Formats: sequence, structure tokens, C-alpha cells
Amino acid sequence: MTMLEDRGQRPIPSPREISTQPRFSDKVFRAVVTTGGLSSLAILGLIAAFLGYQGFEILVKEGITFITTSEWTVEVDSFGAITNTTFGLAAMLVGTILCALIAVLIAVPVSVAAAIFLSFYAPASLKKVLVSIIDLMAAFPSILFGFWGLFVLMPSAEYWARLINRYLGFIPIFKVDPPIFTRSPFIAGVVLAIMIIPIVTSISREVFSQTPLDRIQAAYALGATRWNVIRTVALPYARGGIVGGSMLGLGRAMGETVAVYTVLNIVYQINWQVLFGAGGNVASLILLKFGEAQPYEIKALMAAGLVLFLLTLFVNFIADQIVAKSGSKGR
Amino acid sequence: MTQSYVIPKPSRPWRPSPREKGLNIGLLLASVVTSYALVALTEMKGKLAYFFVFFAALALFNMARGLITKDWMNGRDQFFSVIMLLGMTIVILPTASILYTVFDRGRKGLHAGLLTNDMALATPSDPITSGGLLHAIVGTFLLVAVALIVSLPIGILTALYLTEIKGRFTRPIRFLVQAMSGVPSIVAGLFILSSVVYTVTKSYSGLVGSLALTILMIPTIARTAEEVLNLIPNDLREAGVALGGTQWRTVAMVVIPAARSGLITALILGVARIVGETAPMLLLTGGGDAVNINPTQGAMGSLPFYIWKSFLLGTEESITRGWAGLLVLLVLVLSLFLMARFLGSRRTK
Repeated sequence: MTMLEDRGQRPIPSPREISTQPRFSDKVFRAVVTTGGLSSLAILGLIAAFLGYQGFEILVKEGITFITTSEWTVEVDSFGAITNTTFGLAAMLVGTILCALIAVLIAVPVSVAAAIFLSFYAPASLKKVLVSIIDLMAAFPSILFGFWGLFVLMPSAEYWARLINRYLGFIPIFKVDPPIFTRSPFIAGVVLAIMIIPIVTSISREVFSQTPLDRIQAAYALGATRWNVIRTVALPYARGGIVGGSMLGLGRAMGETVAVYTVLNIVYQINWQVLFGAGGNVASLILLKFGEAQPYEIKALMAAGLVLFLLTLFVNFIADQIVAKSGSKGR
Repeated sequence: MTQSYVIPKPSRPWRPSPREKGLNIGLLLASVVTSYALVALTEMKGKLAYFFVFFAALALFNMARGLITKDWMNGRDQFFSVIMLLGMTIVILPTASILYTVFDRGRKGLHAGLLTNDMALATPSDPITSGGLLHAIVGTFLLVAVALIVSLPIGILTALYLTEIKGRFTRPIRFLVQAMSGVPSIVAGLFILSSVVYTVTKSYSGLVGSLALTILMIPTIARTAEEVLNLIPNDLREAGVALGGTQWRTVAMVVIPAARSGLITALILGVARIVGETAPMLLLTGGGDAVNINPTQGAMGSLPFYIWKSFLLGTEESITRGWAGLLVLLVLVLSLFLMARFLGSRRTK
């Protein structure tokens, strides 16, 4: 009774106004979250803007020759003043693409085979362990791959390079004129391949696991062996995802700095002989030149960074399109 | 009329019979013998020959078994199963080699004072027992902490936008986050150099290093957090709203607490992503040899910088120091990884 009496004393709160309008707190919440969500756009835009701003002078001066010629010289007179400069990035761009392509060519078949093994062959307990190991490998820092590649892989990889040269040397890209096999783009490619294998493997495994079960079972019911199922059902279904994953790996390999710097002998020339110990990529050039660069040359390095940034953005964009398309179409 | 029932014994026809198991082991042994014999008898030499001859022999033997016991299709199936196993082995071998090398070589650089001394008074050719990597560990810790303060809110806000608001920009933002995770670390370093160092601070410091790390960390946090928030059942959100909560209250009081351990996993994976990042450190932090606990001023050491410097110095002692640094870094990454795994497995239960 007392409760009722008490309630009688207090004013009854007026009913809350019912509306579909978001409340003030929600408006603030949505605004804050949207701003946070758009920060990635802001950051990417700022990267392009600032690198473009700093490298503007060089880009205007060199024009298109910045990416088509391959000479990087800074001439200095006896007082340390810059007299003449030429900046052309072509050699390093070729090196970037070459190393990344070697990496993808090695990594993709291996990764796809491993992903097939994990999806169709491995028993559940083994699969769990192997997937953990691959995830762990993806978390290894690049400096680890770099110095492992330099100290442990290099002797073996050099021997593999000699073998390839001996038996396939008649193919122009496997020719080596002076027999220098250490620190070649091939070895850098092998290290990069090992670095991108976890990415490509886990993406491929994910697509394989999305293969419609009814198709797989239908194939088995028709008397297919495991290999038949993989070849006729899983691989056609997963093709788009695998290509997209490989492109992501390509993008990662193009931007790698430290691992390439440690294993590759950086020489400023266009070198198509993948087994010959000379090459480079844009990222390692930036690291190499940065130490002793004067303010003017740093501007050129900023422009080089912009080129690298746009290149990786482009590769990522293509990869994203391919993955999105393959996901929605389902075949 | 009596009828006799035969009760079938449970059997597992898909399991290999003892005879098949024996045959499997036999084929394995035969392949080992073949690889040894071929390496001994022909010109092929080295580990590479053993490795490939072994797998070729295993593939061919298995194919032959399939052909003999069943048919051509089975033979092909057997052949390709060995090829897939080969792929898996090639993927696992480098990891095993890396782990073994780092533990084996890093072991020699361990000593009592490793974690309590810095390199301020040690020269490259000093014996291993002098100096240590206290400055590097303190530096890495500070860099990561500052980077976290900036990137954790941005990463989680991005994930919230993708899962809770699902506005017009969902698709582009998802792509941009993806693109951001592909930004080369050196470009992140150059960007901070051009936007902050040359215009504002004019000098190296830990703070600018953390800003570069932030750029690399945001996409990892955002993507993991998005996955986690997607796992939260919609029922929870609907229940929150049905009880009269605004969206803000529902997210803050229901969704985020439900996803807490997953968000911590996202944080840990983000830290694991940047803790060994080297290129921006080389451009931005200056890499001192003494302990520096002020991120806004002066050169700041970090583990990757320490490792890089030690290896480039090139003396025997400094290379050993470099391996020890790598060992510490690897242990750090391993423990972060295991922590993320542990939290992740608890979440799904």
C-alpha cells in the first residue's frame, strides 16, 4: 500500500516521445564512428598528398623520364654544392617487378598445393597444427626472413642457381655472364616467396573451404577420386580467389624493404638475368640512398616512394576486384 | 522355424587395413632407399637431390600401387596426393629452419645481463657478456605503446563502422583498409618523414616512429576487430534496442563487452604485426644505444634497429648479438601469437 501512496505523491513521468529519428547520442555516435571509419581514406590521401608535395619538384623536372630512364646520379662540386642531377627509376622498377614475379611464380604453386593438402588430405588434428604454423609464419617480421635468407638460405640458393644455370642456361634469362651467383634477384625472389607463402596459402585455403559441399559430394557420388574432385570442382571454384590472393602476395613482395636489402646486391642497372648477382627494388633503393642523401636527393626519394605507393595501391585494387568478383559469382 | 541372426560387427571400411598400413610404410622406406641409392650412384649430390628423389620415388611408387590394386584413376589420385604433400613440406621447411637457426645461433648470445644492460658503453668487438638490449626492449615497448594509443581507437571505430553502421561507405572503406594493409612499411616511414619530421618536429624521435607504426597497425586491428564483431549474434543487438537502448548504448554496453576478448586478440595481432617492423625505424627513430624513456625527444632504440645495426657492424661478436636480438624478438612474437591463439580459442568455446 505504501508504494502506491508514494507513487501518488510523485508526478508521473510523461511518456517518452516515440519517433524514428535517431537520438542526439546516436547522432554523435554515428558521426564519430563514421569519422573514424573514414580515417583510412584520410591517411591514404595524406600519404599521396605529402609524398607528391615533397617529390613535386623532381617529378616536374624529370617528367616521364623519372620512370623510363635508369640513371640515378648526383654530381657534387668540391664545395659540396649540387651541380647536376639525374633521377630515373626504371632499373629499380624493373627490379621490383622482377623480384616480385619470381616470388609469386615460386610461391603460388607451392601454396596452392599446400592449401589443397590442408583442405582435402590432412587429418583434422594435423591440419590444426599446420594451420597454426602457417599463421605463425605470417607473423614473422621481415627482418627475420632477411637475415635468415642471408646467412642460412644463401649458400643453398646459390647452389640451386648454379644448377638452374647449368641445365637451363640456354634460356636468356638464366644466362649469367660473369659467374657471380650470390645476392641475385633469384635469391631475393626465393626469400620473398617464403614471405608471401603464408598469405597465399591461407587465402587459397579459405576459398577451398567455401567450395559448395553439395558439388563435392555430387562428384564423389558420381565415382570421382579425390584428385578428380579437386580438379573439376574445387580448382575451378577457387580460381578467382587464388588469383586474387596471388595479387595480394605480389603487392606485398613489391613493397618489401628490409629482406630485399639484406639479400640482394643493389646495383643500379636494368638486369634481366635473374641468376646474376645484381638488382634492386624501389624500397631498398630508398633505404640505401637515404643515409647519405642531401635534401634535394631526398625529394627524389619521396617521389620514388610515391611511385611505389601508387604501384602497390594499383596491385591491391586489382586483387580486390578479382576477389570480390569471384566471391559473388561463385564460379 | 528358427532363424539365426547375424549381428554385424562395427567396422570402419574407410580406415586403412593393417596390410595397407604396412604397404604405406614399405613404400616410404623404399623411397628413402631409392633416394640414397640414386644419390650414391649417380652424379646428383646434396640435400636437394635427396629431397626431390625421395618425393619423386614416393609419388611413383604410390601411383604404381594405385594402378596395380585398382585402376588408372586411382593411380593418378595417389600420385597427386604425394605432390600436395610435397607442397606442404616445402611450406613447413623454412619455418622449421628459421626457428631452429634463431634458437641455435641466438642461444650463444644469451647472458645474464642481456635484459638489464644497454649498449651505451659497449663497442662492437667487446665480448658478448658486456652490454645488452635493455634500451632496445624499452624503446620497442614505448614505441608500441604510443602506437597503440593512436591506432586502437581508430581501428575499432573503423570496424564499428563496417559492422554497426553499414553506411554508404562500407564497401570503399573495406577496400581502403585492405589497401592500407598493403602500404609498404618504407612508404609509411617516408610519409611521416615528409609530413611530420620535415614540417613540425625537425628531428628524430620515438614519437614519429610510433606514428609510422600506427599506419601499419590500423588495418590489422580494423580487420580482426571487424571479424570479431561480425561473430556477435544479431540477437544481442536487437535485444539491446528492444529494451529501449539507443544504438550508442547497445554498442557500448552490449556489443563491445561481448566482443572484449576478441578485441584484445585484435590488439595483440596488431602489436605482433609492428613489433618487428624495421624500415620505418631506420628512417625515423635514430636508434640510440642508451636507454631513452622520452618518446618525444632524442634517438630511441628498438629491437629491430638493434638487430639491424648489430648485423651490419659485421664483427663476430656483434653478429652473435644480432642473433640474440632476433631470438628475443622471435620469442616476443611467439608469445604474442600464442596469447592471441589462447584468447581466440576461448572465445569460440
